[in-house]
Amino acid sequence: MIRIVLPPHLRTLARVDGELKLKIDGAVTQQSILDAIESKYPMLRGTIRDHVTLRRRAFVRFFACEQDLSHEPMDAALPDAVVRGAEPFLIVGAIAGG
Amino acid sequence: MSGVRVLVGTRKGAFILTSDGKRKNWEVSGPHFAGWEMYHLKGSPADPNRIYASQSSGWFGQVIQRSDDGGKTWDTPGGGLTTTPEGMPKVESNKFVYDTSPSGKPLTTHQWYDGTQHPWEFKRVWHLEPSLSDPNTVYAGVEDAAIFRTTDGGKTWHELAGLRGHPSGPKWQPGAGGMCLHTIVLDPSNPNRIFIAISAAGSFRSDDGGKTWKPINRGLKSQYIPDPDAEVGHCVHRIAMHRSRPGVLFMQKHWDVMRSDDAGDSWHEVSGNLPTDFGFPIDVHAHEPNTVYVVPIKSDSEHFPLDGKLRVYRSRSGGNEWEPLTKGLPQRDCYVNILRDAMSVDSLDPCGIYFGTTGGQVYCSADAGDSWTPIVRDLPAVLSVEAQTLR
Repeated sequence: MIRIVLPPHLRTLARVDGELKLKIDGAVTQQSILDAIESKYPMLRGTIRDHVTLRRRAFVRFFACEQDLSHEPMDAALPDAVVRGAEPFLIVGAIAGG
Repeated sequence: MSGVRVLVGTRKGAFILTSDGKRKNWEVSGPHFAGWEMYHLKGSPADPNRIYASQSSGWFGQVIQRSDDGGKTWDTPGGGLTTTPEGMPKVESNKFVYDTSPSGKPLTTHQWYDGTQHPWEFKRVWHLEPSLSDPNTVYAGVEDAAIFRTTDGGKTWHELAGLRGHPSGPKWQPGAGGMCLHTIVLDPSNPNRIFIAISAAGSFRSDDGGKTWKPINRGLKSQYIPDPDAEVGHCVHRIAMHRSRPGVLFMQKHWDVMRSDDAGDSWHEVSGNLPTDFGFPIDVHAHEPNTVYVVPIKSDSEHFPLDGKLRVYRSRSGGNEWEPLTKGLPQRDCYVNILRDAMSVDSLDPCGIYFGTTGGQVYCSADAGDSWTPIVRDLPAVLSVEAQTLR
């Protein structure tokens, strides 16, 4: 199972507590993780990536294993620790005031 | 027993204020959607327990919420697990995509600050206007300026692209606050007639249900654009109408309070004796079509009341002659603003008037403006106020 940490506002919107644990068939990439999230939690469509372009929203970041993966290709394989479920895939709201 | 429900959108969540017809004791519910910008909430005139809300965030974009029980519970319409044949979720309740089909006659660019053409980019829903007769039909005014409509209770939204396709579209450009469609007024006597206003393009009217639009800015004079009486480019802040007299419109422009007696075909100034005619909200008494309310603000660069005195001005003559309403409002050291969608009226007798401030106060007058009391004092900055009369 892939472990995913959503930012608090998106946990509220999706009505979940704690980490998401999703089964992903095939390659574990940023894209396959987002597809799986949006399939199970359709209210999150458009909140992490654009509806049409599927680009990451500007102030959302993807971290894992102490690395910023936000600028990595969406179809690149994620670290083995994420694939094994040892480390979570973090979806983070960028730091900002207000 | 009659009562009132006041829907308050703020920078950090929504609040629902309820009272009986006396409007003295209030219950405060919220924050709903804590931490999100709630630009607007509005109930359906056809079903007051059906409420739509625009929830947005700089991080996570736009979400549309709907309540079917008067704001007790909320859901993203269509947020269930329905999927397309390809297996992707079908929900589109927060999907606002500009029409780029040939039939939409769409534009792809408008004028940018530097004079170049810039693509339209969806940012947020500023205003939700439910149909007067169908709870499932709602219009949404968005930034960058366009109008969308749902006919399935908010599950899907489709642009009425004829507005953006108007020949003047490439000339529209954002003001300092962005290029937003913030006002939608539906004509109760003619379901095909819709008025909208855009900052900073001006006001437009459709007489065919939103397919085609014409600018209705004749008579507006704006010294901040090269041609002061141009067809478009005026920064209209809000338009109000009394439902018994849909041909008469009142407008708070960037500067100037205006009136039209021919459904927007022409406008004349009715600022009269106002101490300053800059402001944002404007509204009409529920039972007196000639009684109008504004909140004068010092200037375009000083968005606070003149002399630190918060004064609502009322005209009982349809403009020109205005009286200050001060009883219960701070008359010193008050430097808040009242935004365009942050004033509303109920239809009880006497008419109730409500407005919210950027300082987090929501004031109520249960006597048509003669006296005011704060319902709440310390909310986040108030973006919108909508009163619902419950019978």
